[in-house]
Amino acid sequence: MMAVVAARELQDGEVVFVGIGLPNLACNLARATHAPHLVLIYESGAVGAVPERLPVSIGDPALVTGSLMVCGMADVFQCILQNGRIEVGFLGGAQVDRYGNINTTVIGPYVRPKVRLPGSGGAAEIAIHAQRTLIVAKLGPRAFPEQVDFVTSPGLRPQGRPRREVRMPGAGPVKVITDKGILEADEATGEMVLAALYPGVSVPDVQAGIGWALRCRPGLAAVPPPTAHELRLLRDVLDPKRLFLKQ
Amino acid sequence: MTDNASKVMSMRDAVSRFVHDGDTVVIEGFTHLICFAAGHEIIRQRRRDLTLARLTPDLIYDQMIGAGCARKLVFSWAGNPGVGSLHAFRRAVEAPGAVPLEIEEYSHFGMVARFSAGAARLPFWPLRDYMGTDLPRANPRIRSVTCPYTGEDLATVPALNPDVTIVHAQRADADGNTQIWGLVGVQREAAFASARVIVVVEELVDEQLIRSDPNRTVIPGMIVNAVVVEPCGAHPSYAQGYYDRDNEFYVAWEAISRDPVRLARYLDEFVYGVPDRAAYLKKQPRVARLKAKERLCAGVNYGY
Repeated sequence: MMAVVAARELQDGEVVFVGIGLPNLACNLARATHAPHLVLIYESGAVGAVPERLPVSIGDPALVTGSLMVCGMADVFQCILQNGRIEVGFLGGAQVDRYGNINTTVIGPYVRPKVRLPGSGGAAEIAIHAQRTLIVAKLGPRAFPEQVDFVTSPGLRPQGRPRREVRMPGAGPVKVITDKGILEADEATGEMVLAALYPGVSVPDVQAGIGWALRCRPGLAAVPPPTAHELRLLRDVLDPKRLFLKQ
Repeated sequence: MTDNASKVMSMRDAVSRFVHDGDTVVIEGFTHLICFAAGHEIIRQRRRDLTLARLTPDLIYDQMIGAGCARKLVFSWAGNPGVGSLHAFRRAVEAPGAVPLEIEEYSHFGMVARFSAGAARLPFWPLRDYMGTDLPRANPRIRSVTCPYTGEDLATVPALNPDVTIVHAQRADADGNTQIWGLVGVQREAAFASARVIVVVEELVDEQLIRSDPNRTVIPGMIVNAVVVEPCGAHPSYAQGYYDRDNEFYVAWEAISRDPVRLARYLDEFVYGVPDRAAYLKKQPRVARLKAKERLCAGVNYGY
């Protein structure tokens, strides 16, 4: 469901910075359905990738074969990302908070943490530069605390201020796609609020997985379930080995 | 002038001559062309107190940390891509006991910028990054500068100039003119930033073949100290056009690295227990199945 919702967020022809895992699946689903001209860019340097198999990692050799361009990583970050060419960036993380800050660095203190996570990779600069970002994360009280333990990728109120005031080029996280519904950024406050529910899900179901008092948009939207075509593509064509479709 | 013939040597000789205790060592390659053969030889020669730097430490640095080679790790994403964690690294950071490990952490852009500064022999590199993140608090070497033209505050990262950089590649000539295709990562910048460069290749080719396609040369021989010929030297990483990534081993590493006893057993069997890469490959029957399919390019006319 998360992959389907994420895919629907992408418009044909957009330039997308693709992350590992579910975003990868979502982008390839979008490309196989409504957005055949999506330009997939991977931080590994593949531009306009058309992977013939689901890439296991963002450095998969299938991203190179048939792509439009392969460039060095200095070019990816300087000439493409910092240049402002990325329209959509996908981000995920162990923790997402009320203002869309993401933590992929540590649970607990930085020195001698309880859990050491991988770190930023390209996420910090994607969060700063992409024209808009989509966060993909499963709900849970520990995954959605009021405040993350460490800000790896900044959300909508860096240092308590709107992004423009700290000269952040991108709009930041406009949506959080979860396994139960969609949160959207409230423009006035920068807070993530509930905007849409998946079939069979209630507001308390979503609140149970969120560590702050969740506000709801008036008139919550209902997200249509995956179509038979979307499901068939995901299960039979894109991820037949269930590498990323675990639930 | 250097004597070309003297650059071609065995991995054992290259590591023994150019990698020393206490060095800052970079084995680069973003998923692609990660030189496990060199990492294993460094473990076998029991190098100590190394500062290991690369964007994604990957399994090779997890093995080197597990083997006790590292004093410090400089990195931007320390995970097992698509699988999970690097457990030797995590143990050293979460519960530093027997193997304390100092860390210096950036984002990918920060690491790329460090190599760019190092390659250009500048003291730092400016980038529009890190505002609103906690990374500068975790790493005080991430600083800022006021632009003398616009007045804008820009983040800065210090140059990274390794003592030795090891790059795996598809092919080079005997002088070290090195050609790479597929993902090229930051290998060029890392090599130019480094005091010494070891190139490890799938194939040693004639200089004429390099000259027939000069745009594909990523590292010129003039900055290369050693050329090592080591087919399948990147396994379980991959070499585009030669062999695919051994994803099954990346998955298996999760359980191996989680248990220090299993990790030690792995090193005993596949690193200490073999004299060289050829002996390692004899223990990897899966490698034959990873051979790349043919997808040749059209070629271009360099004439005038």
